[in-house]
Amino acid sequence: MKCKTCPGKAVIDMRRHNAAFCKDCFITHIERQVERTIESDKMLSKDDRVLVAVSGGKDSLTLWEVLRRLGYDTTGFHIVLGIDHYSPQARGTAEAYAAKHGLPLIATDVKEEYDFSIPELAQYTRRVPCSACGLSKRYLMNRTALEGGFSVLATGHNLDDAAATLLGNLLHWQTPQLGRMGPALEATHPKLAKTVKPLIRLTERETLAYAMLRGIDYHDDECPNAVGATSLFYKDLLNQLEHASPGAKQSFYFGFLKKGRPAFLAAQTGGVELKECEACGQTTTTETCAYCRMMDLARRTAAARSR
Amino acid sequence: MKVIIRRPRREVEMPGSRRVRDLLQELKINPESVLVVRGDELLTPDELVKDEETVEVVPAISGGSAHEV
Ligand code: SF4
Ligand SMILES: [Zn+2]
Ligand SMILES: [Zn+2]
Repeated sequence: MKCKTCPGKAVIDMRRHNAAFCKDCFITHIERQVERTIESDKMLSKDDRVLVAVSGGKDSLTLWEVLRRLGYDTTGFHIVLGIDHYSPQARGTAEAYAAKHGLPLIATDVKEEYDFSIPELAQYTRRVPCSACGLSKRYLMNRTALEGGFSVLATGHNLDDAAATLLGNLLHWQTPQLGRMGPALEATHPKLAKTVKPLIRLTERETLAYAMLRGIDYHDDECPNAVGATSLFYKDLLNQLEHASPGAKQSFYFGFLKKGRPAFLAAQTGGVELKECEACGQTTTTETCAYCRMMDLARRTAAARSR
Repeated sequence: MKVIIRRPRREVEMPGSRRVRDLLQELKINPESVLVVRGDELLTPDELVKDEETVEVVPAISGGSAHEV
């Protein structure tokens, strides 16, 4: 196959764009696409102090790499989850990247700072690990962004992640979530950080190719808890659709944002009021936030068991 | 040719040469969810893999429900 933009030999085909690119043209294409996404959705400006969520995987390091190359002021944020052999390796990868490029990295070890690893938290609160993990990550990212004086939080969610989340929300008719989906969410409360997803127009296959072609040393071990995750099943289904009909994921997700989301948002008028958690001050719709309730339950269960 | 597949890791021997497109089809792997590499070279679907060569099928899809961050 030939490159679409130069006489070189292609290394990757992108059926949804009806194109194939050589290494250099692919890298340029990806970086331009992220840049355009940031501009068209008004995600970031060069004055922003950006906190980048970095797991150490291909998506988060691709995000950091592109933002770094585009000249944004970035600080990495890594959460040490305490999951078997997976977490130490993930942390090592994030730290190595930061050191290599002389970028600041904040690492928060949930076991050290909040007493429980993710597996312990899941066990003590009878949640599935990904639920305890997700709640902790969202809470810690927001809190770290606010307390560190960052104006925006950037995450490495790609098109596959977004389309899988959308499919899950539709299958369960999660109407409030459907109204709130989107690649750039403005801070609607002083205690909420603005969050952006600059990789939203890239498929997971494209971020993988970018990470490989840029020679990024990413962490590619799978978390043991991901095995059998519903989101993986949804991604697989969507890729079957994509194979039969190139561009399907893109039109599913971006079509929803344009034509579906406004209706869900409008249906929510007079919705819930955000308050500040009595225990920690972060936003919640109840007296105490979901994170503090989860932590409280974990502490009580742990205390009861040690008696 | 030898094809290395990850998650779970296994090796498949396939006699003869074939194009990337055809080898994925025979292995019932969706090309949308993987990249095929030979050494550190990415291969497009029309690329021919020779009998004596080894290629690796790298999965692009990862993650639990809140995994990307
Ligand atoms: S697979 Fe689940 S538990 Fe593992 S890092 Fe991802 S969200 Fe957390
Ligand atoms: Zn080219
Ligand atoms: Zn709280």
